[in-house]
Amino acid sequence: MQRIGVFVCWCGSNIAGTVDVKAVAEALKNEPGVVFSTDYQYMCSQAGQDIIKNAIKEHNLSGIVVCSCSPRMHEQTFRKTAQAAGLNPYMVEISNIREQCSWVHKDMEKGTEKAIILGKAAIAKVNLNAPLTPGESPVTKRALVIGGGIAGIQTALDIADAGFPVDIVETKPTIGGKMAQLDKTFPTLDCAACILTPKMVDAGQSDKIRIFSYSEVSQVKGFVGNFDVTIKKKARYVKEDLCTGCGLCTEKCPQKKVPNEFNLGMDNRRAIYIPFAQAVPKVATIDADYCTMLKSGKCGVCSKVCTAGAIDYTQKDEYIEEKYGAIVVATGYNPISMDKFDEYAYNQSKDVITSLEFERLTNAAGPTAGKLLRPSDNKHPHTIVFVQCVGSRCANCAEKGKEYCSKICCMYTAKHAMLTRDKYPDTDVYVFYIDVRTPGKSFDEFYRRAVEEYGVHYIKGMVGKIAPEGDVLKVQASDLINNKQIHIDADLVVLAAAIEPDKSARPLATMLTASMDTNDFFTEAHPKLRPVESPTAGVFLSGACQGPKDIPETVAQAGAAASKVIGLLAKDKLMGNPCVAHSNELMCNGCSSCERVCPYGAITYSDKEFRMPDRTVAIRRVASVNEAVCQGCGACTVACPSGAMDLKGFANNQIVAEVDAICK
Amino acid sequence: MQNKNSSLRDEIIRISGTNPRKCMLCGKCSATCPAFDGMDYAPHQFVNMIENGNIEPLLNSKSIYQCLSCFACLERCPRTVEPAKLIEAVRLSVIRKQGANHLKPDNIPALLDEDLPQQAIVSAMRKYNK
Amino acid sequence: MKVTYFPGCTLRTKAKDLDKYARKCAEILDVTLEEPDDWQCCGGVFTTSRDEIATKLSSVRALKAASDKNQPLVTVCSTCHNVIKQTNYAMQNDEEFSSRVNNYLSKEENYDGSAKVLHYLELLRDTVGFDKVKEKVVKPLEGKKIAAYYGCLLLRPGKVMQMDDPENPTIMEDLIRALGAEAVVTPYRNECCGSYISLENPESCTKRSTKITKNVETYGADMILTACPMCKYNLEKYGSGVPVVYLTELLAEAFGVKEDENAK
Repeated sequence: MQRIGVFVCWCGSNIAGTVDVKAVAEALKNEPGVVFSTDYQYMCSQAGQDIIKNAIKEHNLSGIVVCSCSPRMHEQTFRKTAQAAGLNPYMVEISNIREQCSWVHKDMEKGTEKAIILGKAAIAKVNLNAPLTPGESPVTKRALVIGGGIAGIQTALDIADAGFPVDIVETKPTIGGKMAQLDKTFPTLDCAACILTPKMVDAGQSDKIRIFSYSEVSQVKGFVGNFDVTIKKKARYVKEDLCTGCGLCTEKCPQKKVPNEFNLGMDNRRAIYIPFAQAVPKVATIDADYCTMLKSGKCGVCSKVCTAGAIDYTQKDEYIEEKYGAIVVATGYNPISMDKFDEYAYNQSKDVITSLEFERLTNAAGPTAGKLLRPSDNKHPHTIVFVQCVGSRCANCAEKGKEYCSKICCMYTAKHAMLTRDKYPDTDVYVFYIDVRTPGKSFDEFYRRAVEEYGVHYIKGMVGKIAPEGDVLKVQASDLINNKQIHIDADLVVLAAAIEPDKSARPLATMLTASMDTNDFFTEAHPKLRPVESPTAGVFLSGACQGPKDIPETVAQAGAAASKVIGLLAKDKLMGNPCVAHSNELMCNGCSSCERVCPYGAITYSDKEFRMPDRTVAIRRVASVNEAVCQGCGACTVACPSGAMDLKGFANNQIVAEVDAICK
Repeated sequence: MQNKNSSLRDEIIRISGTNPRKCMLCGKCSATCPAFDGMDYAPHQFVNMIENGNIEPLLNSKSIYQCLSCFACLERCPRTVEPAKLIEAVRLSVIRKQGANHLKPDNIPALLDEDLPQQAIVSAMRKYNK
Repeated sequence: MKVTYFPGCTLRTKAKDLDKYARKCAEILDVTLEEPDDWQCCGGVFTTSRDEIATKLSSVRALKAASDKNQPLVTVCSTCHNVIKQTNYAMQNDEEFSSRVNNYLSKEENYDGSAKVLHYLELLRDTVGFDKVKEKVVKPLEGKKIAAYYGCLLLRPGKVMQMDDPENPTIMEDLIRALGAEAVVTPYRNECCGSYISLENPESCTKRSTKITKNVETYGADMILTACPMCKYNLEKYGSGVPVVYLTELLAEAFGVKEDENAK
């Protein structure tokens, strides 16, 4: 029989406001095994912990139940408290009477009744608890960063700087991401390429960093400290080690009509291409969808002009397997499609563009060499209308837009408007806004400068309809301050499209068993206190894959993710979770059901000799669990038809005892 | 402000089936409305004034006979407030009263011409009269 | 195939051509239009208020007639289509509304929302197929530049009407192309012409209709195509003089069954 102590926490008024904590402590006193029961204002405080420690010693307790908040908050605290008093930490059970009880009930009587029942369930479980000791597993001292934008690059650089090897997997032919496509960056207006490309070069030159460009993660197995990852290197039909990046092939390729994705389709590239001058790695890639040689076997120009002999039309996709201790997700974002918002005529006029397209139109390396010319006729636009919140803050229209604020648009629109007025004083620039949101260092001052110094017309209102007519865009909009509907003949309209996570994020999350929210942003382990960690151990988050972010925030988060990775890789061994599965070999019937459902490959079968009751020896096939690999998910215990599989710390009889206690 | 006209406010919200509190004051409805120029109160004002119980001016407004339920505001409202339904509800709460019909049948013949489709009269009678 | 056909009030009077050619062309396409004996006018507008019951009963009766025969209910007039489709949507999605409607109706008339409402355009696109329409063309409308005009009622509310993208539709343009003409895409094709405001306030209607037709002119279209008698009236009377034709008229012309105007 256990000697159990019960400790009921008030959590100030968080629990005590809706639950009669004294009545709970009193009621639980009489449960089987309980020899001590008390309540206290803040059990997690030093004084509260001392009450627990003293009680363990004075009453010679063998197990304790703390009725308090969610175990996600303080289970670790109380386990350490118990351990300090000489008790095995796995003899502690938390009964969550805050989130499950006081926070969801208003009626004191009902709340108290439920708290008592939850306490009884925890006591019933502790009665069946046994001390557990965690095993250890080694840590592979190498990190994987998925995504090579500014987030991934910064994370990789910081990890490499601490001395650990890092691999970046980037699906495009070069790293650089969205930032490489931007012209200037707010609020200081330095050129994006000028501050990004040194980092790209650093990553390319680092002996700790390997870049798998034009590659994807195709499979992830294992667990924190010991991930087994398969990387698919897509065939680029160019030998990376031989290509010098001279670019001769990209000039001679006769297929000139391939939409250039780097310039968002506003100009064309060749079938063999290097996305931009500062690409890392600076290696050509053949676009198999457009290459005449690959499609029909006729051409071969690039091969003929390549003096390095780097072209290889027979190249195949290659799969690389590598071990990692930690994985960082940095898959970034994309602007949403404007197809469902055609009241703005994006699909009806070339002169209605997105803000990212505007970046390319003002970038010296863009399709117009940095001159602001409108796409339809290459004329200089005089009246330019910017529309904010296109697809952002859209309620109940998931099929159209996004419910959240995309966060970066107010600032980049102010930047676009200001730069336009600065460079082209002959322009009239209008910005239609719902709210201007500029909470960042020097951000509001930046926006005010656009208005006060550059004379940008900010109009509180929305654009309702855009009609291309002749060579103008008839913009119909509201001006709410003046209570008017206004009509502007614009030459160019720029839409601040909402942003969304990259499409690759959802399948990647499945591979990593990492959780996502309804918008496909990765969720963090705690929104305030663990913002760069995924709830899945060993998986970390960097940049816009976790939520809309600007560059300063992304870089800060990238560094934070790196520091978490470094903290993990600095360890030689990781304490495992002792709540793992184990098989009762006498009951195992060798059916392999558990092996099939195990997501971690932790179960193996072997033939063993058993002494039978009649003193003969039989050889039977039985399951055994590799405790270092098992994550304690419990899938095998459910699949096992003979009841041989059980989970330490969450044994079938413990769960049943809890249910019984609740139903009694 | 909250309690002013609250029963009429609740009735209008109930029959319209929309929720004016979802409005984020973006002005999309008034930006998109083809009848805006003939209105004394704009669609976005309907939403705000109904929510605040300031309904009296709307009952006497020209706007309720200018809105033709073209559903442009309803389609484009990013918050699913659907102002057209609120305007419709205000109009109904006016014309449902005895003698409050907007269109007098005696006046109709003068409005007709040879080509006018029947549906114009049918629609107008339904929208303006009870 | 057989479908239930709801002509509506105006197709019996001022818009006879719309009706006549709808029937003729359906015949050519092997579709039998069966008109219910006792249909009543749809009322011309859908009242969005949830407590309006009586004004929607005629639509429910037409829907019931189609559902009894297990046929889709086909409409041509945009207004009828909008009223009946929105009523059907309310019957399917607003339980309080549908139970109150059924309380008004006799037991035999109770309706469960199961009928499918198709506009003539959807019949051509989804049931017949524009490929088959194209096969039946004997007089391709080559050289004609035609601007489709959807108005407001065919497309909105998008989640109810489900005909096409409410902001950038293509169904009428696809039909125009199937008939061998050039489709001119114009931006005001889904903006309101002014509808019945023309009765009370012709100035307002003139403003809207002129804006639409003037814009069509800048795109160099010869004519405007519509499914709605109200739109045709407004755009012709209050617009800037661009001819407006019914979609069934155009279909009949391409099928070679349009009567000579002068022989009338």
